[in-house]
This record gives sequence, structure tokens and C-alpha cells, in this order.
Amino acid sequence: MTELLFGGAGILLFAMGLWSFLVHEPLLRKLIAFNVMGSGVFHILVAISERGALRPDPVPHALVLTGIVVAVSATALALALDRRLDDEDPDG
Amino acid sequence: MDSLALAVALPLLAALLATVWPARATLLGLLGALATAAAALMVITEVWEHGQLSTALGGWDIPLGIALAADGLSAALLAMTALVGLAISLYAAAYFDGRQAMHFWPLWLLLWTALNGLFLAGDLFNLYVTLELLGLSAVALGALGGDRAAVAASLRYLLVSLLGSISYLLGVVLLYTAHGSLDLARVAAALQPGPVAAAAMTLMIGGLTMKAALFPLHFWLPPAHASAPAPVSAALSALVVKAAVYLILRLWLDLFAPLVTTGAAMLLGGLGAAAVIWGSWRALHAERLKLLAAYSTVAQIGYLFLFPPLFQATPPGPGRDDLLAALVLMILTHGFAKSALFLAVGVIQKRSGHDRIAELGGTAQRLPATTFTLGLAGIALIGLPPSGSFTGKWLLLNGAFASGQWGWILVILTGTLMTAAYVFRVLSRAFNLEPTPPGFVTDARTELPALLLAAIAAIGLGLAAAPLWPLLGGGEDGT
Amino acid sequence: MTLDTLLPAAIVFSSLVPGLLIFLVAEESHRLRILLNLSGALVKLLFVAIMIWGVYHDHNYESRLTLAPGLDLVLQADALSVLFVTLSTLLWLVTTVYAIGYLEQTPNRSRFFGFFSLCVSSTVGIALAGNLFTFLVFYEILTLTTYPLVAHRGTPESIRGARIYLIYTLSGGVLLLTGTVWLHALAGPVTFTQGGMLGAVPTEQHGTLIAIFVLLLGGLGVKAALVPLHGWLPESMVAPAPVSALLHAVAVVKAGAFGILRVVYDVYGIELADALGLLTLLGALASATILYGSLRALAQDGLKKRLAYSTVSQVSYIALGASILGPVATVGGVVHLVHQGIMKITLFFCAGNYAETLGIHRVSQMDGVGRRMPWTTLAFSVGALGMIGLPPIAGFVSKWYLGLGAVTAEAEWVLVVLGLSTLLNAGYFLPILYRAWFRPAPEAWPEEHIPPGRLETMGTLLWPPVITAGLCLIAGLLAEAPFSPLEWTELIARREYGL
Repeated sequence: MTELLFGGAGILLFAMGLWSFLVHEPLLRKLIAFNVMGSGVFHILVAISERGALRPDPVPHALVLTGIVVAVSATALALALDRRLDDEDPDG
Repeated sequence: MDSLALAVALPLLAALLATVWPARATLLGLLGALATAAAALMVITEVWEHGQLSTALGGWDIPLGIALAADGLSAALLAMTALVGLAISLYAAAYFDGRQAMHFWPLWLLLWTALNGLFLAGDLFNLYVTLELLGLSAVALGALGGDRAAVAASLRYLLVSLLGSISYLLGVVLLYTAHGSLDLARVAAALQPGPVAAAAMTLMIGGLTMKAALFPLHFWLPPAHASAPAPVSAALSALVVKAAVYLILRLWLDLFAPLVTTGAAMLLGGLGAAAVIWGSWRALHAERLKLLAAYSTVAQIGYLFLFPPLFQATPPGPGRDDLLAALVLMILTHGFAKSALFLAVGVIQKRSGHDRIAELGGTAQRLPATTFTLGLAGIALIGLPPSGSFTGKWLLLNGAFASGQWGWILVILTGTLMTAAYVFRVLSRAFNLEPTPPGFVTDARTELPALLLAAIAAIGLGLAAAPLWPLLGGGEDGT
Repeated sequence: MTLDTLLPAAIVFSSLVPGLLIFLVAEESHRLRILLNLSGALVKLLFVAIMIWGVYHDHNYESRLTLAPGLDLVLQADALSVLFVTLSTLLWLVTTVYAIGYLEQTPNRSRFFGFFSLCVSSTVGIALAGNLFTFLVFYEILTLTTYPLVAHRGTPESIRGARIYLIYTLSGGVLLLTGTVWLHALAGPVTFTQGGMLGAVPTEQHGTLIAIFVLLLGGLGVKAALVPLHGWLPESMVAPAPVSALLHAVAVVKAGAFGILRVVYDVYGIELADALGLLTLLGALASATILYGSLRALAQDGLKKRLAYSTVSQVSYIALGASILGPVATVGGVVHLVHQGIMKITLFFCAGNYAETLGIHRVSQMDGVGRRMPWTTLAFSVGALGMIGLPPIAGFVSKWYLGLGAVTAEAEWVLVVLGLSTLLNAGYFLPILYRAWFRPAPEAWPEEHIPPGRLETMGTLLWPPVITAGLCLIAGLLAEAPFSPLEWTELIARREYGL
């Protein structure tokens, strides 16, 4: 039951993030939306690590950790590029 | 240490060294490029001898460890990456200096690491990691030019790339939920048609078509590829986009084989056809050479997606193997041709300070070797003999005739003529009476790598493609 | 690796390698470039001589390279390919000498001579092609290598002419590609076989075969300048004279005509082509082209344009010969491949001489030129009278066999076409000869570049037309001698019809 709850919440988060990503123009909102989508995916992974077995499946945990690292780096790169744009913008 | 691990570890090591010792970045980068190409050569020879290779890094088996695997398809792409990468490295050593060189080399070697990792990855999650690494390093490289247009285009590219990979990741998670494994071969064996598998396929292939810039998701490609520095544009168009295509091909043929329907294949084919026509049309009307080359990439990617409907209509056997080999041949030819084209454009741009097609005349006339490169690359893009894409296109047409799918034939032929129109629109500028160039080659360090790539595309791959068949496990009489 | 498997490839490489090296030669190195050019031409001639001897003695020459399963690049020698190879090799040698005289002082020589050699390499590739795929490959390469030659001068007119040339030939190439792949998908690898190779195709596929023939003819007809696909030819007259000479006499139009011969005789087979009604189609197109080209030639004042329309007309004699059933007409058509080549190259050399020496570009400027340039005008007269069909010049032999073949095949309408065409030929050539020999010369020539000396113009410009005019006479006078074009053509006809 918890598994379904977390999984469903994950899919919901992903969908909300996607909608927000596509609809909103400002970069910051897009980035937050992307991170929400990421959290949705991690939610599902955490949910399935627990199903049925005696001890939690370690693979999803490894995946979530890697995924978080990737998401953080991507966000950082996007922010750095945006800074560069702002610096160069004469109206800055 | 075995060659699979070396092919990934060596460029990574070189990238790290170039980062910690920026004053020697160019030298370290060149050495790293050589070592990486040598490791790739080792992988290819071993695949040639044994057919398949696999290894588990550090003795850690799947599911927790990282497994690397190579077959003919990955070896072919690895080979292209090694040769194109080597040429780009030689060219970049002469093209960049100072701060730009310092930034270029670590990122470029990281990109190469990601490419090799992607071609050799044997499980779905490592594919995701390499895909992200590839996207991030490609975006950073694209912004290297530093001007506003380049940064804005790269930012857009980054967002598209992120959307594509997160969609892919969700698909992977769905597959793991259903089958409890990430290994490509195991999931493929267990996969049953059903809603979960269908959703995973849609998410994964849909996300990848964004990265492959398949029409109508190509909008980000022309500005990103046209505003990057020449060696980076070459890498983006020739290698990075191809990596996404490679992954689509892998999933389509290996993983989702029981799932693919004629409808899905027709959808991809239809989008490919639209890409061929639309990309060629925009290339025909581009005012700048780099924009022309970028739109040409959109069109050429379209050709590759004409294959799925034919795969669908051709029963397994020699005919299907020929189609697969033709597809790989077209991927390779386009990789060589497009990188040559971008490198040549870079030479012209450095010489004249711009790349406006209407004002090219004198510059092209003064650089015979570069004009030759444009010509040879053009031949390969059009698909005229003796280029590799001619053989590829021949087999594609043959497949279309054999399965009675007449519509694609019309698309291919129209695309061919439109490509010829935009290629010769550029080449006709090279015929001015004055000035007579003093010699064939003006700047060997930038002109020759490009010329070599173009010659491989327009002549080498056409006349010496026969070994590709046994490499891909196709037709027995392929030698 | 023996001589038999290497010789065809060696013939292609003997001009390909010098061509590639010439690109690297510095503009100022005249001698090195001339040396490369001439040694390539002479070596090729030597190889061809060996091949003629071998083919006459039923030797099999074949070079093969597999590109993909079922897709082979094959170069081989049969009697027909040897005829075309010999023609192009001989005329290449002569044209190279002429081009050295014509262009060695102008800009961008390395580019010109490089592509010039590549162009001949692709022509001999077409001649030696052993299957339709190989033919297509070299046919397309020919398009690519001639484009820079047509555009060579770099003026807006030449860029425009080259663009029109390219639009026609690449579109034709696409038709030929489609037809070839379709035929491949239907009948497997299309090897050129004497007597045809499609006999085994079941009757219900015959509709498809007709459609494929139309596609192939569309592709080949562009280069062979069949009406209404001839539009590029007059436009590409902007090219330098040696290029026009080569395009009209040897390379491009001949590649188209040669392809038509191959498709009719060695792919479909003349009996099948006749049974499918394709010969009627070909004959009608050829006749229309012969008459239309001559009519347009009458109205041209530009000398090269008049010669261009004359080419449109004359090349279709070859297709006309192929459209009549029976060995005699075959001889007439095939031998015209050679005869038209040597006559037309003479005419273009002469036109180039008038332009280079005196600045004469129009027929109306030619009054009295015969006394200023007697040798050139003599050569021109031989070529022109040969085109009309006056014995004993080569053109008479072609027309005689075509007429005889038509009578044998009971296709009397061909005689009407030949008669009309001869009248028209006379109508556009005789006024030129009259002006040149019998009208008084003007006070001054339009632009006299080369003053009269011991010779009327430069030796490298004068000797080539004199030699080719001599060949026209010899081919007519000694038509029955062994190894003459006529004798060789009769060998081809005997082998095609299995006699």
C-alpha cells in the first residue's frame, strides 16, 4: 500500500513538474520544475526498493544517489550559464 | 587492464590531468586523444576476432557493478568516434589558444569519455549516466565561444537535453519496477508486451528523439550547432547527435523488438521524412554556412529514421542485415562528412572573419584544399558515388522497392536533389577567376584533418565498406 | 592478381593518379604538369593497345571490388567497351595537347587539368563498366568532375551555364538511380550480357520493365541530349573550347549514348526491347531529336551554339541505330559513336582556334577566314562535310549503314529522317564553308590575339584539328581495313546477335 502511495505520488510529481517545465518561461521556474520531476522519479525508485523482499533492494538507492548528483550538476551548469547571460546583458 | 575499461578510463584520466595542469592542456589533450584512439582500436580488433566482448569493472558484477560490453554496432561507432575525435583534436590544437584551450581540452575529453561509455555501456542506468555526462559536457563546450548567442543557444540545448534524459530515466525506472533488472540483455529476455512496457518505450524513445533532434523536436539544434566554435560544432553534429540515434537503434532493435508495431515504425518514418524535407528546405535558404550545415544535420538525421518502417516490413535474414548495415554506413558517413564540413567552415571563418555564403567567393578560391573538403563532404551528404551514403542509400531504396513502400522512395529522391541544391549553392561560389591560389594547401594543421575526414566519407566508406557486414554479423558473403 | 584482373582498373588509374597529383602541382610548374598529363595519356594508350589485342583474341579482362553483398563494382572489357575506351583515350591525348596550348597561360591551371584527367577517368570507367551499377557510379562521377570544367571561367555566365548543366544531369542521375535500383530489386544484379539478361523475367512483370526502361531512358537521355532533355547542352557552351570538345565528342553526350546502347543490347536485349515496343519509343525520340536539333542549328549565329545543336542532332543517330532491329543498323549506330566523335572534336578545335586567334565567335564574322587560316579551315571543312555525309569521309559510312539497316528491317521511314537531316546538315554547314572560302575578308578581324607567323596560329592549337581531320578521312577511306572502327563494329554486331 505504501509502495503504491509513494509510486503514485512520484508519477504525480513528475507530471506536475513536466507541466510546469513546459508552461513557464523563466529559467528559474523551469529549473525548479525539472528538479520536481527528478524528485518524482526518485520517489518511485524509493518506493520499489521495499517491495516484498526481506531487506530493501540496494539498487534503487544507488540509482537515486547517482541521480541526485546528476541533477545537482545540471542545475549548477544551467545557473552558471544564466549568470553569464545576465553579465553580458547590457540592461543587466 | 582490458581494452573496454581503457577506452573509457583513458580519456577520463586525460581530462583530469588537463584540468589540474592547464598550462599543458593542449599537449596532454593530444596525448589523451592518441591513447583513447589506440584503446578504441584495441576494442575493435577484439570485437573483430571474437564477435562480442564484455567485462565487469573492478570485479563487481551487475546489478551493483558497472558492466561494459561491445558488439559490432558499438565497435563501428567507437571507430568513427576515434577517427573523428583524433581529427578534431589535431584541428583544435591549432584552432584554440590561451584560455579557450584551457577550457576546451578537459571538456572535450570528458565528452569523449561519455561517448565511449555510452557505446560500451551494457545496462540501462549506465546508459543514463553517460547520456547525462554527454549532454552536460556538450552544453558546456557549446557555450565556449562565449558570445551571447552561443550561451543562450546552449542554455536552450541544456533544457531540452535534461527533459530528454529525465524522460528516459522514468522509462528505465518503469522497466526496473516491472523486471527487477537493469541489464539490457536480461530485460530484453523478460520483456512482455503490455501497458508498462509500452509506456517505458514511449518515454525512453520519445526522450531520445529530443536529443537526436528528430523533427519537430529539432528546434534547439540549428542555433546550438551554428554558434559553437568550429571543432565543437563538428563534435556535436557528428558524434553527440549520433549517440542518441545509436541508443534509439539499440533499444528499438534489441530491447523493444517484441513491442514495436508497424504504426510506431511508420510514425518514426513519417517524422524522418518530414525532417528530410524541412531540414533541406531550411538549409537551402540559410544565409550562413554554419546554419546551413546545422540544418543539413536535421535533414540527414531524418534519413536514418526512414529505416524503421523498412525493418518492420523485412523479415529477419540477409535482407534485414543489409538494411542494418546500410543504416550504420549512413550514420558513419554522415559523421565523417559533417565533421569535415564544420572543420572546413571553421577554416573559412577564421580566414575571412565571417561565414556568409553570399560573400564567400574570394576566400574559397584562395583555399583549394578546404574547397575540396567542402566538395567531398557535399558528395557524401548528397549521397553521390563513391561515398558511403551512396551505398547506404542504394540499399535503402532497394529495401523500399522490395517491400513496395513507394512513399519513402519519393522522399529520398526529393531529399537528394534538395541536398544537391544547397551543396552546390555553396560550391558555385568557389569559381572565381582570380586570385589563383599559390598552392593546394595553405594551413596544413587545420586543412588536412578536415580533408582526411571528408575523403573517408566520400571515398573510403564507399569503396571499403564490405568489412562492415561481418562486423555487424550480417550476410555471410560480405567479404 | 594477374594482368587480366588488373588491366581494366589500371586503365582507369592511369589518368586518375596523374589527375590527383596535378591538383597538388604549383601553378607555375608548367613542365611538371605537362609531363604528368602526357605521360598519363600515353600510358593509358599503351594499356588500351594491349586490351584491344586481348579482346580481339577472346581474352577476358575483369577487375572486381565488392561494396556490399550483391553489389559489385566491376570493370570488364568486351568489344563495345573497347571501342569506347579507345575513342576516349585517343581523343584525350589529342585534347590534352590542345588544352595545353589553349589554357596553359590562364589562371587556375592545376584545378582545370586535375578535373580534366578525372573526367577522362570516369569516362573510361563508364566504358569498362561490367554492370549497370558500376555504370551508374561512373556516370554520376562524370557529372561531378565535369561541373568544375564547365564553371571553370568563373564568370556569371559560366556559373549559370554550369548550374543548368548540373540541374539537368543530377535530375537525370536520380531517374537513372531509381530505374537501376528498381531493376536490381526485380531481377537481381544487372550484369551486362551480350543478347540481354532479362529474358527470364515473367511476362506479368513486363509492364514494370517498360516503366523501368522509361526511367533509364530519362536518365540517359539527359546526357545524350535527347529532346526534350537537351536544354543543358547549348547552355554549357560557356566552357573553354577543349572542354566543349571533350563534352561533345567524347565524355558526356557519348556516355549517355553509350548507356542507351548498353541498356538496349546488353540489359534488355534487342529482341525483348522490340517485343515490349521500346524500340519504337526510342526510334521516335531519336528521330524527333535529329530533326529538331538540325532545325535549331540553322537559326544560330554563334558558331559554338550552332555546333552544339548539331551535336544534339548527330548524337541521336546512335540511338536511332539502336532502335532498328538487325545487325546492319547496329553497325551504323555504333560506328557513329566513333565517327561523330572524331568529326565533332575537329569542328570544336577549329571553332576554338578561330576564337583564340582572331576573336571570331559568330558565323557572320567568318567571311574570308579560309585565306587567313587555311589549315584550320580545311580541317573544319572535312569535319563539316563529314557531318553532312559526303563520301569518303567517316560520316558517310555511318549514314550508309543506317540507311541499309533500315531497308533491311523494312523501316523505310528512317530513310526519310536521314534524307531530311542530311538536307538540314547541308543547310547549316555549307553557308559557313561558303563564307570562309569564297567571301572577301574584312579590313580587320574582331580581336587578333595571335599574329600570322610561320604557322597560322600556335602549333599546339593547329595540330590537333589537323590530326583529327585526318582521322575522319582515314576512317572513311580505309573503312574495310582490319581494326578500323567499321571492322570492329561489325565484330560487336556479330557478337551481340550471336552470328
